[in-house]
Amino acid sequence: MHADEAGFDLQAEGDALVLRAAGRWLVAAAEGLDRQLRQLDAVAAGTRLRIDLARVDRLDTVGAWLVLRTRRDLEARGVVAAIENVAADFAPLLEQVARSEPPAPEQREAGPFDAVLAALARLGENTVDAVLEARGLVGFFGIVVVTLSRTLRRPARLRTVSLVTQMERTGVSALPILGLLSFLIGVVLAYQGADQLRRFGAEIFTVNLLGVGILRELGVLLTAIIVAGRSGSAFTAEIGAMEVNEEVDAMRTLGLDPIEVLVLPRLFGLVLTLPLLAVYADFMALFGGMLMSWAVLGIAPPLFLRQLHTALGEWTFWVGILKAPFFAATIALVGCHAGLMVSRNAESVGRLTTLSVVRSIFLVIIIDAAFSILYAQLGI
Amino acid sequence: MLHDRLDLDLWRGEVLGVVGGSGSGKSVLLRTIVGLMEPEAGSVEIFGEDIRALGDERLREIEAGWGVLFQDGALFSSLTAAQNVALPLREQLALEPPLLDEIAMLKLALVGLPGDTAPKYPAELSGGMRRRAGLARALALDPRLLFLDEPTAGLDPIAAGAFDTLIRDLRLSLGLTVFMVTHDLDSLIAICDRIAVLVDKRLIIGTMTELLHNPHPWIQAYFRGPRGRAALGEGGGQAVG
Repeated sequence: MHADEAGFDLQAEGDALVLRAAGRWLVAAAEGLDRQLRQLDAVAAGTRLRIDLARVDRLDTVGAWLVLRTRRDLEARGVVAAIENVAADFAPLLEQVARSEPPAPEQREAGPFDAVLAALARLGENTVDAVLEARGLVGFFGIVVVTLSRTLRRPARLRTVSLVTQMERTGVSALPILGLLSFLIGVVLAYQGADQLRRFGAEIFTVNLLGVGILRELGVLLTAIIVAGRSGSAFTAEIGAMEVNEEVDAMRTLGLDPIEVLVLPRLFGLVLTLPLLAVYADFMALFGGMLMSWAVLGIAPPLFLRQLHTALGEWTFWVGILKAPFFAATIALVGCHAGLMVSRNAESVGRLTTLSVVRSIFLVIIIDAAFSILYAQLGI
Repeated sequence: MLHDRLDLDLWRGEVLGVVGGSGSGKSVLLRTIVGLMEPEAGSVEIFGEDIRALGDERLREIEAGWGVLFQDGALFSSLTAAQNVALPLREQLALEPPLLDEIAMLKLALVGLPGDTAPKYPAELSGGMRRRAGLARALALDPRLLFLDEPTAGLDPIAAGAFDTLIRDLRLSLGLTVFMVTHDLDSLIAICDRIAVLVDKRLIIGTMTELLHNPHPWIQAYFRGPRGRAALGEGGGQAVG
């Protein structure tokens, strides 16, 4: 584009000023023209000014608007302005733009405290949002419980196909990644534990460290975090995409309850699957630890298993596994709630998916801490 | 195969309406012309240049010279109406933000949207308004060539009529060439200079009068059906008798 070819010159002719526009008054030249036209602010009120378009080669909507805006601004300041010598080709364009000329933008001076006020307003908004979202989540939990009790009275309404699909997607397909990560965590823990305990000649207690650490905390926590990342995000994205597509609304008009159709199978699926995944993760992590103990410390598997047996109390395994259904329910509820919160734009799907993962991992760790306190109080 | 040996010339300054049955490939034709889909054979020339043989830079220049309005507007959902319109301007030209805002407002006003639509997000706009905002975005760079994909589908007759008038006015004032896929018989009659009918994988092109005398059964059914007669003002009631 030839931005430099557009311009105008201003001459006095008799008692009037003449602005001769020339060249291509196109959007590409708008920046320069806009700046030059601002110089006309110096024209005194009461002057007569003619805008001569005879030498304009091309004109587009932005060019036409600049001409009209100039006239409008001049007239507003008391200058008598007129447009003349409009080529026949440009007349309809000028007419069209004149008909739809937007009002002059409102000029507002920036106050000295604007930035502080904006920051305060944002802080307030975020606080209110956080409270509202927390309330929303609690309310959602209530709705799910009500729907759940209604469904449990008529178990035939439970969607078995959907439930099994969810269990397969959240459970079976998570096995490879979960198995590998748990195995590696077991290996790392055994290696680090052995390194420290060897200094006291207490290598054999590596087994105790592994058994208690993995079964009580690490196995189930690792599982919950991986599932939150894998399945919690998937719940939000799936339900969110349906929300964008108005599928959830369509469901409601067909007399289907989205909570029953979308949320309950995911909730049940995850509550049933996560404990099983946690058992599997425990097993894989202990297996990794056992191999590493054998390799680094020379503790053969039979000895490892015997030591493990003495190390573990009656409750050690159950203490870990009991937490799994709670983690599962948290992840499923947070994920589904975020999905149903999606508004009809693409950005909100992404934002809420991130939010759902962060929030469910946060809540999982909070719940884990609460369980630690509970178990300490119970003395197990 | 959807199309077979199509031959279509779009003349400067005309409005061409493309019609055809569902699944006959009207939208595919449009998408192929604007380069979203690759033809298996043949070529597409725009402003006299084969778009498939062009380098990236020249292609981008050509793309800046046309505007495309998708069905339902295809506005970017995370941007407001004004930001949607300003986007091509910001990408193609270096403009100061205040000027950019004013131009975006101008474009929205040109397509008949009130000023309070500017800060709204697409989800907050009605279907007709989204369509208009989409048109404003397509017109942002003052293209010479405009592609419209079913611009009036799903609009009420008043909104559809207003859209027709808008296209006709803009075409006169901006000197637009328009390629319009449509099913709206009223649009075809009101603003199209020529009509291209996609039947049997081919295009049959002509003015409304020529097509009315075309013996092809689909064309006869299309233009001589009850809706066609009503739109042509031939009086449906009489013709039935």
